[in-house]
This record gives sequence, structure tokens and C-alpha cells, in this order.
Amino acid sequence: MKRFLAIMMCLVMVLAIVGCKGTKPAEEPAKKVKVGFICLHDEQSTYDLNFINAAKAACEKLGVEMVLKTGINEDNSCYETAADMASSGCIAVFADSFGHEDYMIQAAKEFPNVQFCHSTGTKAHTEKLANYHNAFAAIYEGRYLAGVVAGLKLNEMIEAGKFTAEEAKVGYVGAFTYAEVISGYTSFFLGVRSVCPTATMEVTFTGSWYDPTAEKEGAQKLIQGGCKLISQHADSLGAPSACEEAGIPDVSYNGSTKEAGPNTYLISSRIDWEPYYEYAITAAMNGKPIDTDWTGTIATGSVKLTELNEGVVAAGTKEKLEEVQKALEAGTLHVFDTATFTKDGAPLTSYLADVDTDAAFTPDTEVIKDGYFHESEYRSAPYFDVQIDGITLLDVNFG
Amino acid sequence: MKNKHISFHIVKREALPWYQSWMIRGAAILLALIMCSLVTVMVTGLNPLDLYRTMFYGAFGTERKTWVLFQKLAILLGISLAVTPAFKMRFWNIGAEGQVMAGALACATVMITLGNTITSNWMMLLIMLVVSVAAGALWGFLPAFFKAHWNTNETLFTLMMNYIAIQLAAYFIIIWEVPKGSGKIGMINQNTRIGWLPYLGGKQYAIIIILIAILTVLLHIYLKYSKQGYEIAVVGESERTARYAGIKVEWVIIRTMILSGALCGFIGMLLVGGTDHTLSTDIVGGRGFTAVMVSWLAKFNPIVMILTSFLLVFMQLGAKEVATNFYLNESFSEILTGIILFFIIGCEFFITYKIQFSKSGKEA
Repeated sequence: MKRFLAIMMCLVMVLAIVGCKGTKPAEEPAKKVKVGFICLHDEQSTYDLNFINAAKAACEKLGVEMVLKTGINEDNSCYETAADMASSGCIAVFADSFGHEDYMIQAAKEFPNVQFCHSTGTKAHTEKLANYHNAFAAIYEGRYLAGVVAGLKLNEMIEAGKFTAEEAKVGYVGAFTYAEVISGYTSFFLGVRSVCPTATMEVTFTGSWYDPTAEKEGAQKLIQGGCKLISQHADSLGAPSACEEAGIPDVSYNGSTKEAGPNTYLISSRIDWEPYYEYAITAAMNGKPIDTDWTGTIATGSVKLTELNEGVVAAGTKEKLEEVQKALEAGTLHVFDTATFTKDGAPLTSYLADVDTDAAFTPDTEVIKDGYFHESEYRSAPYFDVQIDGITLLDVNFG
Repeated sequence: MKNKHISFHIVKREALPWYQSWMIRGAAILLALIMCSLVTVMVTGLNPLDLYRTMFYGAFGTERKTWVLFQKLAILLGISLAVTPAFKMRFWNIGAEGQVMAGALACATVMITLGNTITSNWMMLLIMLVVSVAAGALWGFLPAFFKAHWNTNETLFTLMMNYIAIQLAAYFIIIWEVPKGSGKIGMINQNTRIGWLPYLGGKQYAIIIILIAILTVLLHIYLKYSKQGYEIAVVGESERTARYAGIKVEWVIIRTMILSGALCGFIGMLLVGGTDHTLSTDIVGGRGFTAVMVSWLAKFNPIVMILTSFLLVFMQLGAKEVATNFYLNESFSEILTGIILFFIIGCEFFITYKIQFSKSGKEA
């Protein structure tokens, strides 16, 4: 009898499918334009929150309907979500995490009439699909500026006699060990060292973009190891809250974390995705092509710094920051100026970067010209992966 | 003051007629849905009808969603089928997670290392099948062998084998990651599609669903009508009886766990070759444990398992749709799933036992 019932339920299930097909609502012609957004985590993650805010702002401004899916892992569920969005009428689909890329490409191949835009990815220029695009911003400029703020704070603490110039060690909590993170911590470090020449840095890795416990413990370990200031490239409030508890200055990422660290938070750099979303959605609406690789800068409003935490930053920070930012915008100052760093004791004069991603990591493009490393020029995602002197890596196998 | 004392005690029921037990289950699901809507309305102020509509939409809303539902159903059902022979034997195998992972890891190894040398997809699929099944079988064999010969605790053993499999996968992901340091392998053989299960009629998941349907029927026949299936049942009822009847208990334990592990390995291959085309440490995603529940709730009957796994997958997809559609936190879908599971598992108690109230005359 039980079996009979089970078979009946199966029949009901089958009928339900048939019924669904039959009652599919007809598409209304005058419907709002729909755009899909795929996020790795939800608003708890500062990184995803930064995306979601930009998506909301862009959609509101353009009057389009936002379809948002959060908590989409970097696996087949990303493909399913993207394909679901495309087949339910979205004209463009955006995804926010590095590991979403292959699944976005998979969906892009299946839906040639829908635009697929992937932030932080590296493969658009080699895949050569008309409807698949990468985007990133020159966040290394923002990190460099945040580094200047950090360096000034170190100088202030050295002058106050809290530690010697030689002890000025910075800690950094990174997620993974590939170019995006390396480019981030190196630009931050170069910013620090441009004002505090004796500074060194230690970097620890968590192996996850969002792991509050691991990030907090990572920051605590760095602090116990003698780091005087902490910054991060991982997306929870773990590191900022560890800093607040220990009274250690903190440079955040993705947006202000002043609430988690009112007495220690200095500044944060972030990518503002709104200009890109507006650009790409407008292009998709008008049937215009979207750049294969789109790189935002400070000038396009894509790289932003949050308000300085006035009570905590060193005196004169604001003026110095404006001065450095002007030099960056004018092109007289370059973040990866080869005169400012060495590798294995020697300055870098030539470097072949792995711009075209392949499984063997074959270096393919000369990226040092005119005395500086040309980051984010040959593709939007960072490819600076040089381990420069002065930075020590801990836990490269994620603990 | 007269103290009216009401006491109750719990009594085991006579076996209920099937329609009564199913009425209890139906009532439990109904109660679970009411509870879910209460919580949702309290937290968000949404209309409960919208909630149910969204849940249904999340599972069956579009053709694509329906395919996803059946694919997830097939995978969960497949793992549940795989753990069933061992559970029927009262061998507490909670290592399905690791056995599937071992199969998935083996499958990914073949796809990555032989992806450029083998050009025939059928040849590739055959190697993947053999290697994955062997890896899963090995993961099932080890705890069974130790149990049979040294009477080790199979619960702990299989549980720890899960961690070994997951750590091994993590290790190889670091070796194969693209680009270095990103912690991800990405899609394997994305351009050549070597080692990808064929799309039947253009549908990616059709083959998985068909394979699992066949497996369900086969396992049902195996457990119910074969000599080996009978031996499993006898060992499960009483090892001593089995010995007395001349059944080699050690061998039955080992053989059955090899079967369980091999089936898990097969599911691992379906996951890597058929749906995800990559390897990640959460590719099984806890389904190795959920499968235990599916199997138990169905009283080890493969056909009823279709229903229990359908229920779980439906609820899971529906709850996820609710959580994202109304901009709720990810955890909200887990809360809803938790409520539903609580009622479904809880009702089994009322099917096996009843509560007798008796007014006690004694003064307290």
C-alpha cells in the first residue's frame, strides 16, 4: 500500500511539471527591463554589500528591475542561476566573485543574446565571446592611497615613542594567494613605505573570501607577532573587530567599518561598481557592445576612499592624501614605480606577466615599460604577482 | 486545596494502518508549513499565501527550475540508495559524504590528468566510471574490513574517513588550482568537454535522472528479491541468527559496504562529470548526511525514498527561493528547512508511540 501511495505521489509530481509547462504565463510586452545580479555571499559580507548597493543604485537610476540572488557558490549553482536569469528575461547578468567565471562563460555560450558581465575575472579577452565581459577597477590606486594614510599613522606612533622606526611592521589578512590579492597588498605596502620608509609587512591567508573567525584569528596572530597596524583583503568584520579589541589601527576594505572599530578604523578603499553597472546596462538596453575588459579608475569614479576617521588618523593626513591623489590622477606618480621596490635585492627591469590565463601559467606579456609596472592595462583584472622585498608571507597554504 | 494532577506516559503503538500513519505525516507537513508561514509573517510581515506560492515557484516555477529540482532529487536519492544496504544491515555508515567525495576526487583526477591524452569521450567516461566506483568502494571497504575483523566502531571510522577524503580533495585542489593561489580548479575541460556526461536531447541532467531511476529499481529488486538482499536483512535483524543460518557475517558486512561505497563513488562521478564539472571541498554539500535521513524516513524502501528525497529537495529549493526573493538573509532558508525537518522527523515519534493521559487521583 505504501508503494501504491509513493507511485501516486510520483504521478502527482509528473503532472505538476506538465501543469507548469501548460500554465506558463505569457510574457507581457511592456514589462520593465530586468537585470540579474549574482553574489557569492549576502549583505553580511562587506564585499557583496558593496556590490549590492551599487546594483541597487544603478538599477534605480536607470529604472530597470533588479533580480538579485545572494549566496550563490562558485560551482554549478552559479551556472544554474545565470541561466535561470537569462531564460526568465534578464537582458544582462552580473556576477561578483572570481570563481564564478567559468560558470558565467558556460551560461554565456548558451544564451548569446544576453550579456554576461563578470567582475574580477580574467578570461573574457581570450574566450572571445561577444556577450561575455570582464570588469575591474584600478583598486591598487585606492589601496596605495589607503597605504599612505596607514604610513602617516605609523609615523605618528613612532614619533610618540610607541615603537622604533625599525619595529614599524604592518599586518595584512589576505584571502587567497593569486594576483588580485598580491597586487592589493603590494600596492598598499608601497603606499605605506612611500611615507614610512622603514616599514615592513607580514601577510597571512585564510583561504576563504568570507570567514569571520579565520580573519579575526589571522589579525590577532599578526598583532601578537608584533604588527602595529592591520589591513585586509577578505570580506568580513573579523580583522576590524580584532583591531578594535587590541587597540591597533586598522585600514579596511570594501567600505567603512567604523561601526566595528570606532577607535581604530582609519580609512577604507573600495571599488564603486555603479559607474560600470550603469555603463553596461545602458549598453545592453541599447544593443551597443560592452567592452571586453573594462577598467574603472579614480577618474571614472570607480575607485573610492571612504571618509577619514578624523579622530584616529594622524594630523595632516587629509592634505597629504589630496596631494598624492592629484599626482596619481595626473600620471606623475605610478603605484608600481620600479624605482620604489626590489625583488631579491635587485630592481625589476623586465617582467613577463601571465595575462592570458592558462593552466600552465605561461607568462606572455611584457608589462614593465617607462619605469613602471603597467597594472590592469592588458586586461582589467590585476596580474601583478611579484613577491617584492620587505613583505613576508605566512600561511600560504591557508593555515 | 485539591491538587489535580494530570500525568501521561508514552506507549508504543500497535502497527498503524498505512492510511493513519500517512495521515499523521500529512498533518506534520501541514503543521510545518503553517509554522513556517507564522515565522515568516512574524519576521517579515509577508502574506503566507505569497510564501507558499514562492516556494512552489522556486521548485517548479520554470522548466529550468524543474530540471534542477529533478537533478538535485536524483543526486540526493542516489546517495540515499547507496547508504541503504549498509543501514538495512544495521551498519551505521555515516561516511557517505566521504565516499562520494572519494569518487568525485577520483573522477576529477582522471578528467584532469587524462583530459589531453584521451580523445574518445566514451573511453573517458568508462575510465571515470571504473576509477570513481573503485575509489568509493575502497572508502567503503576500509571501515567494513576493520569492523569485520577487529570490531572497530564503524560510526567513528566512517565519520573520520569523511575528513580524510575532504582533506585529500583540498590538497589536490591546491595542486590543480587555476590560477595558482585562487583555491579553485574552475570547470574541467570546459572547451573540449572531455569527460562530460552527454546531454540527452539537449538536456544536461536527463542522463543523471535516468541513471538514478534505473538504480532505484535495481536496488529495490536487489534488496527485496535477491539472496544477498535477504542476507543483509537477516544480518540486520540479528547477527546471531545470521550465523546460525550459516551466513558468513564478516563477508556480508564487507561485501555490502563495498556496494554502498561503490554506489557513492558512482554518484561522485555524476557530480563531477554530470553537473559541476569541477571539484570543490563542498561538492557533496552535506548530502551524505541528509541521505541517512532520507533512507531512514523511508524505512529503507527505495521506492518510498523517491518521495522523501523529493520532499527535502522541494523544501530546500522553495525555502531558498523565499529567502532570496524577499531579500532575506541566507540563513532564513535554513530556518525554514529546519522547521520542516523538525516536524517531519518529530511525527515519526507519534507514528511509533502514543501518549496516554491519565488523571491520577493521588495527591501530589
